[in-house]
Amino acid sequence: MEENSVTPPYKLLLIGGSAGSLEALIKILPRLTAIPDFAIVIVLHRKSSEDSTLEELIAIKTSIPVKEVEDKVALLPGNIYVAPSDYHLLFEKNGWLSLDTSEKVNYSRPSIDVSFESAADAFGTGVAAILLSGANADGTHGLVEIKQAGGTVIIQDPESAEMPFMPRNALQNVTPSHLLDVEGILAYIQSL
Amino acid sequence: MVLIDDRELELLINDIYEYHGFDFSGYSRASLKRRVDRVLHLDGFQNFSELLYKVRAEPQYVKHMIEEITVNVTEMFRDPLFYKVLRNEILPVIGTKPFIRIWHAGCSTGEEVYSMAILLKEANLLHKSLLYATDINSLVLDVAKKGIFPLHMMKQYSENYMVSGGKKDFSHYYTANYGFAKFGEDLSEKMVFSQHNLVSDGSFNEFDLILCRNVLIYFDKDLQEKALVLFDDSLAKLGYLALGTKETIKFSPLQMRFKQVEREKLWKKIQ
Repeated sequence: MEENSVTPPYKLLLIGGSAGSLEALIKILPRLTAIPDFAIVIVLHRKSSEDSTLEELIAIKTSIPVKEVEDKVALLPGNIYVAPSDYHLLFEKNGWLSLDTSEKVNYSRPSIDVSFESAADAFGTGVAAILLSGANADGTHGLVEIKQAGGTVIIQDPESAEMPFMPRNALQNVTPSHLLDVEGILAYIQSL
Repeated sequence: MVLIDDRELELLINDIYEYHGFDFSGYSRASLKRRVDRVLHLDGFQNFSELLYKVRAEPQYVKHMIEEITVNVTEMFRDPLFYKVLRNEILPVIGTKPFIRIWHAGCSTGEEVYSMAILLKEANLLHKSLLYATDINSLVLDVAKKGIFPLHMMKQYSENYMVSGGKKDFSHYYTANYGFAKFGEDLSEKMVFSQHNLVSDGSFNEFDLILCRNVLIYFDKDLQEKALVLFDDSLAKLGYLALGTKETIKFSPLQMRFKQVEREKLWKKIQ
């Protein structure tokens, strides 16, 4: 079985956020060049009715390929993946992405906690996660599990966030490896 | 929350099969693990051994557990534009047949089956149709048979119905009572509900349309392929297969036998 599978060689960078996070992403994405050594997975709260507008918006802002997420697609370094609306996004240990329509978590589907917890379980130390602006508590528990599993936790400095509640709530529950503003987050990603 | 590890999950899968014959070995591990964690939490277990003991000893508990670990989130006219394509493009084609057989595989609490019955009724095809609705979970089938859904969902369903091209007043399809909406027997009289396990049960009829939306996402690729073979075996030539918005047959060898309907999650069996 997949039980004893080795952590894949790539690193996974997760970015989660809610209200106000898209503005931060739009500042960061155009300035990123190729990411040959890792994949970026973006989990943003979005309306369930919206179909693919977020993917399109992100694709316009970056030269990095944005892959459409369908069930059981392979997570490959060099690409950006965006959690689709109305599904939770999960990680299989063999490197596939799985989707799930189970109950909303923190009033959200996709939920940041669900993806972060799943990535922590699947890839452990190979994960770095950034939590951006938002007005809801989603993401905090996921960051706790990423830290417990030996991954890297980055929280946007609430002072720099349009909606400080989400990063502030996380800060009260987990000590991040880095507390960064938008410029700092960009520099961090470029250093990976 | 107790979090089970990989070894414990495999032990549980093994025991559910060995003691009760339900085979979850082809289920996606990432999702299944979350569901088992959820059951541990909901049912207040202190540790994994307690759960395992109960699973071995109590068939009734296993029934409950299967109800909880399978995902039963569904809604009427979910993805209304998909229903619009069914309404405008698929029903006129299969409607030329003297008799229409439809299979809802993994129907959960039945919201999609009632949505389909409404489409068929409006196309004046329901009288010559049969809707087979199956699920692994017998408890959700009991809900589906009754056709009683929470009234507070009707606003959303009514909006979905209109986006799908519905022209009527949605509320005339149900009777509201004590917070519930009961759908009429004029819709349910052509429905047949039955327990069916996509993992272990075979083909039981030949269909013109099979809908299996957001069920295969809980399976690993091998089991997905097995289910697709079952659907292929159960489809009449020129019949249609409908999957969820993020599911695809494009990685399956079977895709050669199907032609996708434009960019929809609908495939027509061409050989």
